[in-house]
Amino acid sequence: MRVPILKQGHYVIASIQSALTDDDLIQLRDDLAAHVGKYRSKGVIVDVTVLDVMDSFATRTVRDLAQMVRLRGARTVIVGIQPEVAFAMVQLGLELGDVATALDLEEALASFQNEAQ
Amino acid sequence: MLQLPWIWRKPWLRFKMRRSESSPGGGVIAIASDADIVEARIAARALAAFVGFSEVDLVMIATAVSEVARNIIEYAKPGEVVLSVVHNGLRRGLEVIARDRGPGIADVSQAMQDGFSTARGLGLGLPGSRRLMDEFQVHSKIGQGTTVTMRKWLP
Repeated sequence: MRVPILKQGHYVIASIQSALTDDDLIQLRDDLAAHVGKYRSKGVIVDVTVLDVMDSFATRTVRDLAQMVRLRGARTVIVGIQPEVAFAMVQLGLELGDVATALDLEEALASFQNEAQ
Repeated sequence: MLQLPWIWRKPWLRFKMRRSESSPGGGVIAIASDADIVEARIAARALAAFVGFSEVDLVMIATAVSEVARNIIEYAKPGEVVLSVVHNGLRRGLEVIARDRGPGIADVSQAMQDGFSTARGLGLGLPGSRRLMDEFQVHSKIGQGTTVTMRKWLP
C-alpha cells in the first residue's frame, strides 16, 4: 500500500495508514526524497502512529530516509512511535541515531515553526 | 485428593473449550516474499492476543517474528513460520518456529552476537529476537537449513 503524502505549507506529511511491507517502506523513502525537491519543502514529517512494529528493517529505512531528506536540504521528524513499539525497539537494540522525533503531528509542526522564526 | 477444576469433570465442555481455543488458530505461514513477513507478524499478534498477552508483549512477539521471518527472506527463502499455543503445566505461552531449507548458518554463536551480519542488515535480528522472547534456540546445519524456535510465556 502506498503511503499518502500531503503538502502543508513548507512541509510534507507522510501519514502511514496500515502495516507496511519492506517494499512499501522503500517506496516511501524514495517518494519523500523526490517530494522534497518537487515542493521545495523545508521539512518532512512521517507519522508512524499506526505501525504495529518497528523492526530492524523499518528502523534502518527510516534512518536512511532522514539522511536522504537531509542531503536534499530539509529536515525529518518522526512522530507517533507508540510506547510499546518504543519498548520493543529498545529491547531489540535499535536506535534512530540523530533522527528527530516528536510526540505527535502538532509538536512536530511547532518545532518546525519555532525553528523558522 | 487433588481437586480438579469443575470443567475437567465435564468432558463435553472440555472438548468445546479446546475447539474454541484452536479457532484463531496456530498455523503455518509460508514465507516467500516480504509481504509474507507482514502476514506472519499479524497472525502472531492475533494468536498472542488470543492467548492473553499484554500490549507490550504483543509488540515484542510481533517484532521478533518480523526479524526471524526477514532472516528467511534475506538468506534462505522460501521457508515457513509455524505458530502454536503451548502449555507448561498451568502456564500458557506462544511458540514460534521459523524454519527454512536454506544454506544454514556457519557459526551460530557468531550470528547470535549483536552487530554481526553477512547481509546488509543491522545484525540485530537473532540476538535482538532473543531479548524479546523468553526462550530462544537456533538449530542450523550447513546445506540443510535453519530452525529458530522461540517461546514467550504468560507471566
